[in-house]
Amino acid sequence: MAQEYLYPEFQVVRDLSRCTGCRACAAQCANGVHRYDADRGQMVSDETRCVNCHRCVAFCPERALKIVKDRQCFRENDNWSGDAIREIYRQAASGGVLLSSMGNAKEYPVYWDRLLINASQVTNPSIDPLREPMETKTFLGKKPDTLRRDAAGRLVPELPPQLELDTPILFSAMSYGSISYNAHESLARAAQALGTCYNTGEGGLHRDFYRYGANTIVQVASGRFGVHRDYLEAGAAIEIKIGQGAKPGIGGHLPGAKIVGDVSATRMIPEGSDAISPAPHHDIYSIEDLRQLVYSLKEVTRGEKPVIVKIAAVHNVAAIASGVARSGADIIAIDGFRGGTGAAPTRIRDNVGIPIELALAAVDQRLRDEGIRSSVSLIAGGSIRSSADALKAILLGADAVYIATAALLALGCHLCRSCHSGRCNWGIATQRPELVARLDPDEGAQRLVNLVTAWTHEIKEMMGGMGINSIEAARGNRMMLRGVGLNEIELGILGVKHAGQ
Amino acid sequence: MAVQETYALGQRYIGCGAQWGKITVTQVPGNALGAYLDGGEIEVLCSAQDATGDTMNAGEIVVHGSAGDATGYAMRGGAIYVRDNGGYRCGIHMKEYRDKVPVLVVGGSCGSFLGEYQAGGTILVLGIGCEDRAPVGNFCGTGMHGGRIYLRTRFLPPNLPEQVAVAEPQSADLERIRPLVGRFCEKFGGDPESLLAGHFFVLTPNTSNPYHQLYVNN
Ligand code: SF4
Ligand code: SF4
Repeated sequence: MAQEYLYPEFQVVRDLSRCTGCRACAAQCANGVHRYDADRGQMVSDETRCVNCHRCVAFCPERALKIVKDRQCFRENDNWSGDAIREIYRQAASGGVLLSSMGNAKEYPVYWDRLLINASQVTNPSIDPLREPMETKTFLGKKPDTLRRDAAGRLVPELPPQLELDTPILFSAMSYGSISYNAHESLARAAQALGTCYNTGEGGLHRDFYRYGANTIVQVASGRFGVHRDYLEAGAAIEIKIGQGAKPGIGGHLPGAKIVGDVSATRMIPEGSDAISPAPHHDIYSIEDLRQLVYSLKEVTRGEKPVIVKIAAVHNVAAIASGVARSGADIIAIDGFRGGTGAAPTRIRDNVGIPIELALAAVDQRLRDEGIRSSVSLIAGGSIRSSADALKAILLGADAVYIATAALLALGCHLCRSCHSGRCNWGIATQRPELVARLDPDEGAQRLVNLVTAWTHEIKEMMGGMGINSIEAARGNRMMLRGVGLNEIELGILGVKHAGQ
Repeated sequence: MAVQETYALGQRYIGCGAQWGKITVTQVPGNALGAYLDGGEIEVLCSAQDATGDTMNAGEIVVHGSAGDATGYAMRGGAIYVRDNGGYRCGIHMKEYRDKVPVLVVGGSCGSFLGEYQAGGTILVLGIGCEDRAPVGNFCGTGMHGGRIYLRTRFLPPNLPEQVAVAEPQSADLERIRPLVGRFCEKFGGDPESLLAGHFFVLTPNTSNPYHQLYVNN
């Protein structure tokens, strides 16, 4: 719209010598970009609606389409970027708070890319995972400090509840409501096939998915949507969500328009009613209050389920994690500032929180210094993009990693960052039945299994290269990491030497 | 099948997640009494502490005394009756769904933040013994987007947010209150008719002025 000074960001390039006018693109695009113009006898495009999700490109049988960045530009200015200018136009025209989705896309240092993994040469030979067993089984939960034997000398089994995983990779919280039924089914089935867990987020658990309970983490967030006894009993572990990396310090607001059908039934709130999650849990104003919630959840599930407390990586994360560890939590999940979201205020997503790499290293070190590292397990999340990121997280001190954006990419997400519109052409971040039907849970589950299986294999190969044959021996093994191009302070926080040292 | 359990020591989590039976508590219980309660009855023969009936789904809790902060936090079903006063943050984020309409009845007064973020259910404060002032503290109903709060008083609470609408109760409201007052008097004594004869305000979310933050897609 010219009067808002906003011009299309993308250009739809259609090769008319190839286009047969089959209209497949028009049928695929829920944003209404493509249309057949009978007068001109050809397909035309409305670029103002394009979000660059590639759905049409993937479905054009003639390979006639390309979406490219529009070359329209502002006068060059290293201070005022095009995005900064456009955001001002948007707010001046609407008076609204900027809303974005998926993770922080700004240029901040990615420490994973400044860390390098070791390998053995000559001495301490590497291990060939094709020939020798490599253990990726992971147990998340408190580990006892002492062993007890009875009068006959037999070990008294007193192990607190553990989450047993075949691979140290879990799918992190995404609610039914923010993503579709078919996306949830894909995650649940993949988690079962892989021997790991997916996470309900705070949208409750759909009746159909109770059967995947052994591979489900059920979340309890400030809105307590869909939280009741059966739900708490259904999961393998319970996660208290205190914060999320993409929007630390704020709650959530799913507009009533999205609370329809099964989403309403699963959250147990009426159709059309807004789902407001307050910023804090109003029964938690201290570590003592958190402890009360942790133990009330343990009480109602007879102490059989490990309790995870999820916090966003913020400035004092090490001290906060130390408090959380003392609250009785079995597992702490730390979510870095590049973590994804279905919708978050842009300014918060882009400016609040700290990188997971630094947060994780600081927390692991603090818990070790205080002698309580074994009383909790750590899950790191917030943009784990590959098996290398996952292994680096484990070497920095994580017991396991959470992935979500990577999992959605496996399901066909093209990272167009328009989840908040509810018109995801790939059937993921939408509740529109005709769009949801585009994601086949059989295929989705298989693609997730493929991804995590491949990552697990890569982790084994890298561990073998270091002469390490179990995740246990890799965890917190920072001698196996070196930094490149990092300053003394960064190296100090990460607890690694510089490459060449 | 009604199992009778009696607790005389003030531990936490009494009746946590219970689904049936009757629990009687004879000395002040610890926090989170009846958290996730899913049925049955809990009767406290004295006062209760914080977070009574937290995230409760069904059943009844009766407190012959006062209840502490965050009573009925996020409750989705069942009923809590408190003879005397409630603390701060009572009934925050109560919600309802289909036949599940939770009820929180307080005989005396409540502290600040009563019914914040209320999304459903009924809160009734009878104001017995504080007839000369509003029976609730500050910021009553902030963020309220569903349900209803009935206050038996002639005084409006201080600083009500714009998003809360105040009205005189209609006959449908009185029908809703009547059985609650009846149950209250059945448990704690008193004359329902004289209580019902008092003046009530009903607070509901002001749909013409909702909490919608204006967003612009970016
Ligand atoms: S899908 Fe391709 S061939 Fe078919 S109308 Fe669109 S651009 Fe033309
Ligand atoms: S989930 Fe859908 S809407 Fe969201 S970024 Fe991916 S493709 Fe786009």
